[in-house]
Amino acid sequence: MAYPAEFRYTKEHEWMAVKDGIATIGITDYAQHELGDVVFVELPKVGARIEVGKSFGTVESVKAVSEIYAPAAGEVVEANATLEKKPETINTDPHGAAWLIKVRLANAADASKLMDVAAYEAFIADKGKEATA
Amino acid sequence: MRYLPKSPAERQEMLAAIGAKSIDELFSSIPEPYRLKKPLHLPGPLSEAEIIEYFKARAAENSFGYTSFLGAGVYNHLRSVITDTIIQRGEFLTSYTPYQAEISQGTLQAIFEFQTMICQLTGQEVANASMYDGSTATTEAVLMAERLTGRRRVLIARSVHPEYRDVLKTYAKNSGLQVEEIPFAAKGTLDTRALQAALKDDVCAVVVQSPNFFGAIESVAPLAESAHATGALLVVAVTEGVSLGLLKPPAEADIVAMEAQSFGLAPSYGGPFAGVIASRDKFVRQMPGRLTGQTTDSEGRRGFVLTLATREQHIRREKATSNICTNQALCALAATVHLTLLGKEGLREMAEQNFSKAQFALSELEKIPGVRRAFAAPFFNEFTVELQRSVRLVNAQLLREKIIGPYVLGTPYPELTKHALVCVTETTTGAEITRFAAAVRRALEQPL
Amino acid sequence: MTDKIKKASRHTIQNEGLIFEKSSPGKRAFDLAPLDVPAADPAKALGAEYRRAGVEGFPEVSEIEVLRHFTRLSTWNFAIDLGMYPLGSCTMKYNPRVNELVARLDGIATEHPYQPQELSQGCLKILQLLEKSLLEITGMDAITLQPSAGAQGELTGLLLIRAYLERQGNARKKVLIPDSAHGTNPATAVIAGYQVESIKSESHGQIDVDKLRELVTEDVAALMITNPSTLGIFEERMPEIAAILHGKGALLYMDGANMNALAGVARPGDLGVDVMHLNLHKTMSTPHGGGGPGAGPVAMKKILEPFRPAPILVEKEGGRLALDFQRKESIGKVKAFGGNFGVLVRALAYLLAYGPGLRQATEDAVLNANYIRKHLEDVFELPYNLPSMHEVVFSDALQKKNGVNTMDIAKRLIDYGFHPYTTAFPLIVPGALMIEPTESESKEECDLFIDALRAIAEESATNPELVKTAPHTTRVRRLDEVAAARKPVLRWKPAEKRSESAD
Repeated sequence: MAYPAEFRYTKEHEWMAVKDGIATIGITDYAQHELGDVVFVELPKVGARIEVGKSFGTVESVKAVSEIYAPAAGEVVEANATLEKKPETINTDPHGAAWLIKVRLANAADASKLMDVAAYEAFIADKGKEATA
Repeated sequence: MRYLPKSPAERQEMLAAIGAKSIDELFSSIPEPYRLKKPLHLPGPLSEAEIIEYFKARAAENSFGYTSFLGAGVYNHLRSVITDTIIQRGEFLTSYTPYQAEISQGTLQAIFEFQTMICQLTGQEVANASMYDGSTATTEAVLMAERLTGRRRVLIARSVHPEYRDVLKTYAKNSGLQVEEIPFAAKGTLDTRALQAALKDDVCAVVVQSPNFFGAIESVAPLAESAHATGALLVVAVTEGVSLGLLKPPAEADIVAMEAQSFGLAPSYGGPFAGVIASRDKFVRQMPGRLTGQTTDSEGRRGFVLTLATREQHIRREKATSNICTNQALCALAATVHLTLLGKEGLREMAEQNFSKAQFALSELEKIPGVRRAFAAPFFNEFTVELQRSVRLVNAQLLREKIIGPYVLGTPYPELTKHALVCVTETTTGAEITRFAAAVRRALEQPL
Repeated sequence: MTDKIKKASRHTIQNEGLIFEKSSPGKRAFDLAPLDVPAADPAKALGAEYRRAGVEGFPEVSEIEVLRHFTRLSTWNFAIDLGMYPLGSCTMKYNPRVNELVARLDGIATEHPYQPQELSQGCLKILQLLEKSLLEITGMDAITLQPSAGAQGELTGLLLIRAYLERQGNARKKVLIPDSAHGTNPATAVIAGYQVESIKSESHGQIDVDKLRELVTEDVAALMITNPSTLGIFEERMPEIAAILHGKGALLYMDGANMNALAGVARPGDLGVDVMHLNLHKTMSTPHGGGGPGAGPVAMKKILEPFRPAPILVEKEGGRLALDFQRKESIGKVKAFGGNFGVLVRALAYLLAYGPGLRQATEDAVLNANYIRKHLEDVFELPYNLPSMHEVVFSDALQKKNGVNTMDIAKRLIDYGFHPYTTAFPLIVPGALMIEPTESESKEECDLFIDALRAIAEESATNPELVKTAPHTTRVRRLDEVAAARKPVLRWKPAEKRSESAD
């Protein structure tokens, strides 16, 4: 799956897209592959505050739980309700329909600290080499 | 040794294959000074016959031949040959937790049936595969309420089993939970005014037991309403499962913590029993303990698996919902078989017999001058009486007539100095009840 | 390939629905003696406020149907009684049947925990003899038999440590746990109110003692160690580890899950352990019963004795035994009604059968593990090659090259007539095959197991698909765990009745 050029990425495999001060946050295709079939997603409530680097939710597969770390600080304005009924969307469309939360950014500069697509692709390519080494 | 399937020659052969000169070589990683030089000082070895003889001799030093009126959380109910036949089948007795679903379908389906029956009994939507016992299930229910509400104050009725409260306090001590006790009212049930006064929006759980430790039946629905009004959850502990064959289930509770000992498990001097937690579907992810779920195999056949395992310690480690690994699978299986045998009619009839016999026992005791019913609240198979004399003295007299008298409430409740908790079940005969009443009368009439 | 499967063949297995699906109103499987007292009318006495009509949906079947139902279910299980059950860390050994008999005796099973102590001397003597025996085996000073199972034993142990440190004036903050530890350890430490700090194992799978020395500060309450570790390797520097902790006023907790490697050979008490739990359902052969009940006694050194859960067993003048509830410094109760007495009875029966000969069981367990290791180490990777004690841990690294992982191999073992080994553990070995044969396996059974795993290793290279789709001979094939977790169905419900107004 291609990694959208307009997204920013973290080393914990979250992506973030910013428009008009609102950031949409999700996990990457690489992350969903590592997790396997997702069975449950736990997201914060609207109005919750998230902080950079702090866990704001979890994604569960049958035998693993992954924390999701906030790539930026802000206030949650929407959580993706479809994931409650259809967590498998994360496996099929991680960069689109399976966005996790939308956040009103507290600090617009947060986004610029993240990797761009080239850096992220290089980062996961390195990871792949580690795994087969 | 009869349990070890090796001849001396085979041991030598295996050592040779490994390339070790002696068995000691296999223990070479234990530093020499720490290896035991002499045999353990243990009794035995005993033959099978000697083992049986030893335990028969111990059994003879116990209460064999006495009639008992003790309940207080451990009940003497009928058990069935069928239940024992099933749980002694090696396929159930000698298997492990059903992680390998393809060769554990028997255990898994039985647990699924157990979960279903517990839901039917309690009026709840989901039940786990069992926990240690009623006391730890009650504690786990409180911890679950804490996770669900994010609050730290617990209001527990003093009429909850004293040992259940003790266990909760042990667990609460280091987890920042603040446990407060709510007194009981004159009729033996929870003092609702005291509850109202203590209920604030920092309370995670209100915990009651029904029938409570004095035998009194609590009205669950209004208690649930009070708890919910402040955002607290209502936890109902059930120590006497047979009562659910006759009494309204605690359907309004948010969490039911139950002891299943009454369903085919022997008193066994205190264990093993089977605790279980039942709750609402929406709370299932905060529920501790194992869960069995229905699914299909790769060819579309129905099958069962342990599911939602990500709540458990082997995956979550320090973030798990509980540190418990073991459930009480074999005890839960016994309860499942027992409840299946009883069925709808049998359970109802058993419950009604308990009820009738307790009513009869009370009426026989009330005829005695110096015996008074202590609490007006309705009861199931246990009730509290106040005696004119110390219960201990009366019990000492009863022992001479080969009767183990009622539970002495004065021990955990210093204000109930002359109060006794009497229990009768379907196993207590009318004649035994009459004999008991006569013995109590004599004990009270005897000059001091 | 089937010619290689020597231990198992196919056999007709019966289908069986859920008991609720067999129910038919009016059938019953249980009769009570007629009521011999006047019948009280619950409707009148209780009224509508408290009374229920009946338990909706409860099964109504006859006795033979109950017996057949559960007997059929039982045939879908694998069990120690059927063959080797080499689950690492679980110690699936023979469960002697005489233990079942004695636990059911009248006068043993029938006793009420609140009956007078003078009528419980037999029970108390059993507990006393078990206490003494376990103290002898562990080399400790005092013991509590109250904890329900291992995890509760761990908690009890940490609460004892906490109480002891509190009396010294500082409960401290952290508990150190090696990365090879069982997941229960960290979960328990949190419940005891401690933060968890993980210690990485050094390259041979042992505790990194230099690292430990750095980590042990005045903030550390205890180290929780499993010895032998979950790799089946003895921590050779145990006494030194104990000294490091004691030097800083911290204590050493030992997870006794692997006592089957030590009983009669070495004693944790001599190695510097301050407190430990035992899993009687592992080392002392009480039946696992599909996941419990267990018992998790906690043995300790003298310094922790005052804090034991109440009541404790005491011997009075003339040899009379009693329970002492008046324990001011006790951590409290961890379970109602004392320990799982029925389990304790079975454990004592087991120990009586062996006596000092218990050492032979330990030796045979270690012999079996090493024998299996020797015959498999050329076909499976051995990630840590220090000497094995009672279990051996391989990895699937060689088979992974053909896309076969440890779970596939485990499932294929089922076709060969064996229960799988442990797969998900220890965490420091990716793709682990954790094999604990126990002393209960004959040379013949070990040989069959070795042949089976060698055959599967070969299949993994020549016909990986066969392994990846195993098991092939079970009643159900691999089950859809994803669907089970996404849309949990956790209870049976009656089929929806068709509404009359529906078209």
